[in-house]
Amino acid sequence: MTPPAPGVDEVRSRTFPFPAKHFLSVTDLNPPQVADLLDLAEGFVALNRQKNKKLDLLKGRTLINLFFEASTRTQSSFELAGKRLGADVVNMSPRASSIVKGETLVDTAVTLNAMQPDILVIRHGSSGAASLLSQKVSCSVVNAGDGQHEHPSQALLDVLSMRRAFGRIGDLKVAICGDVLHSRVARSNVALLTMLGAEVRLVGPPTLMPADVARWGVAAHNDMKTGIAGVDVVMMLRLQLERMQGALVPSMREYFRLWGLDREKLARAGPGVRVMHPGPMNRGVEIDSDVADDLDVSLIQDQVEMGVAVRMAILASLAARLDNQ
Amino acid sequence: MSARPILISGARLVDPESGYDGPGALLTKDGRIAETRRGEAPIEVAGDVLTIDAGGAMLCPGLIDLRVKTGEPGAEPKETLKSAALAAAAGGVTSIVVQPDTDPVIDDPAVVDFILRRARDIGLVHVYPAGAATKGLTGEAMAEIGLMREAGCVYVTNADKPIVNSRVMRRLLAYAGGLGVLVAHRPADPWLTAGAAATEGEFAGRMGLPPEPVAAETIMLERDLILAGLTGARLMVDQISAADPIESLARAKARGLAVIATASINHLTFNELDIGDYRTFCKLTPPLRSESDRLALVEALSSGVLDIVVSAHVPAPAEEKRLPYDEAVPGSVGLQTLLPALLTLYHEKRAPLLTLLRSVTLAPAQAIGLAAGRLAIGAPADLVVCDIDAPVLVDAARLISKSKNSAFDGRRLQGEVRMTLVEGRVVYDRGALT
Repeated sequence: MTPPAPGVDEVRSRTFPFPAKHFLSVTDLNPPQVADLLDLAEGFVALNRQKNKKLDLLKGRTLINLFFEASTRTQSSFELAGKRLGADVVNMSPRASSIVKGETLVDTAVTLNAMQPDILVIRHGSSGAASLLSQKVSCSVVNAGDGQHEHPSQALLDVLSMRRAFGRIGDLKVAICGDVLHSRVARSNVALLTMLGAEVRLVGPPTLMPADVARWGVAAHNDMKTGIAGVDVVMMLRLQLERMQGALVPSMREYFRLWGLDREKLARAGPGVRVMHPGPMNRGVEIDSDVADDLDVSLIQDQVEMGVAVRMAILASLAARLDNQ
Repeated sequence: MSARPILISGARLVDPESGYDGPGALLTKDGRIAETRRGEAPIEVAGDVLTIDAGGAMLCPGLIDLRVKTGEPGAEPKETLKSAALAAAAGGVTSIVVQPDTDPVIDDPAVVDFILRRARDIGLVHVYPAGAATKGLTGEAMAEIGLMREAGCVYVTNADKPIVNSRVMRRLLAYAGGLGVLVAHRPADPWLTAGAAATEGEFAGRMGLPPEPVAAETIMLERDLILAGLTGARLMVDQISAADPIESLARAKARGLAVIATASINHLTFNELDIGDYRTFCKLTPPLRSESDRLALVEALSSGVLDIVVSAHVPAPAEEKRLPYDEAVPGSVGLQTLLPALLTLYHEKRAPLLTLLRSVTLAPAQAIGLAAGRLAIGAPADLVVCDIDAPVLVDAARLISKSKNSAFDGRRLQGEVRMTLVEGRVVYDRGALT
């Protein structure tokens, strides 16, 4: 028998039962619960850097990844998180399943539920899809992105990346820039960051800002230079290319000129500014490679690493809750 | 065969035509109202008369619902004319106008005739077809409005598909107006509403739901009002839903335009927050608006800007509703909840009882030229007896409609239908009256 990896007992002792059966929204959590989850995730960061990454916190449990939208990092991150915790992980891709045969989302979920999984991780193109499933299945449901609504695990990993870079969240100034209108990452981050006391600004073209965004408790800017002035973090959002051909912004080059992150604009930000991006990046559209690849300012690779750790923390907590039932 | 005369005594008569609201009795004979008596004095009757003691319950004209969608012909698993008629009878609705967006579309006198024959065979409540304004509801070429009117359609409408082409709309109004046919149109700019699932604002933004602005309704309403003025036609604005279009409407009425407007009971009862955690039963067309919009609608009912309340009954089976919000079809069934929901507005002191009842009886009767909708001697004995104080907890699963998609599911209302009569025959009896 190999001895347990260092830190295992500590991780075990930090694992608390998740406050709800499902993880659908960052608003399911309160600040102390967020702090607990981030502390637990820190333990997994250390473990993940070791040779033996395998734990048994989810031993015997089954995790199904049900991704209706293409995803590289979120899906592989949940898969790795589940496997490193000892769960059996199944990836469902809708193209190969009965969805193309006309089966509804709920029917698919109920069918999978009958196979007695413990946790269902779902990504779907419709807002509210994860919530809908949570009402129809008996297992735990984790929202890995529902339409333009929420992407709660992304917000947690973003906050963990910021906390590690700055040692705090409370008084950070964070500018979230780009296609806010269509972004679930922006919505989850606004909710989580404002909950934790950070100052959030939204920056983007008028056509890519939600209506009444001022009532979200954040400042909204159309001018990127004033929007990112003095901020600690610039979080860039992905802009889907089809939205840049005249429908919502006139052209790619105009977008990059006004809202793309380059050295010139970044110079307006505060000293020690860090740049984040949920990925995948459109280099030369919303972010200049020069900035994205500068390890002194970019947290983009950290975000990916934190993604696995945060998802391990979420899964471990959900399993702890299941163990208690 | 004519039914026995029926004497209903001990009732609270409420008649929107005369404005009477007080104790009284009513006698039906040969399908018509033969006598009404105000006050406590009894009506003396002789011979074979069925006597009913209302026990103080309200007796008012049966409801006339100008906007009911069924699935017949073409989608009978959702709702048949019979299931809709049964639901109507249980809801105190004695006349329904069915929408033309069936399969096939009601854009041909033969389909109008089919609906009327089916309704006659069912024999419960009056069923009147609304004809399609344009062939196939495509918004391009006028349907046979004159022939459909001769066959028995009571107004023309393009149902849920707005007529985008202003030239088509102008010609439609001119043609139908010249023939004396009422045109109903739901104003919605199709570009501003494309793909939308909720009303633009803070709530839709937070929920990540594709939004449409109220302006989509106001813009097309203004066009319609201008074209109605240009042609002199009678226009019925179908399902107005917000404060801004109410203002447009008020201005048009002040100019003396021959325009009337409907709103759905849903928009008078709910606001956008009732969508809650993506409740698809509250996904409607137009989408639910803000609370201030809802209050403006209720106020418009009292001020006379809004004329008619409809159920906007749209049956949708589970497979069309048990979906992610933006994929679910819009609409709610409403025939059985229309009257209790209106009475709930009365109990909440939002509007006077006579105003509320007028909007579902006399006003729609006048809009389409029916003799019903009033407690007048000689009028059809289409009546409803209702305990206006009785609490009701709506359980969608127990509704009569074949589809159970009620936005009112789980809602507490006040006002329960006890008995419904159509042409002097009892078509619904809850069994609580002696």
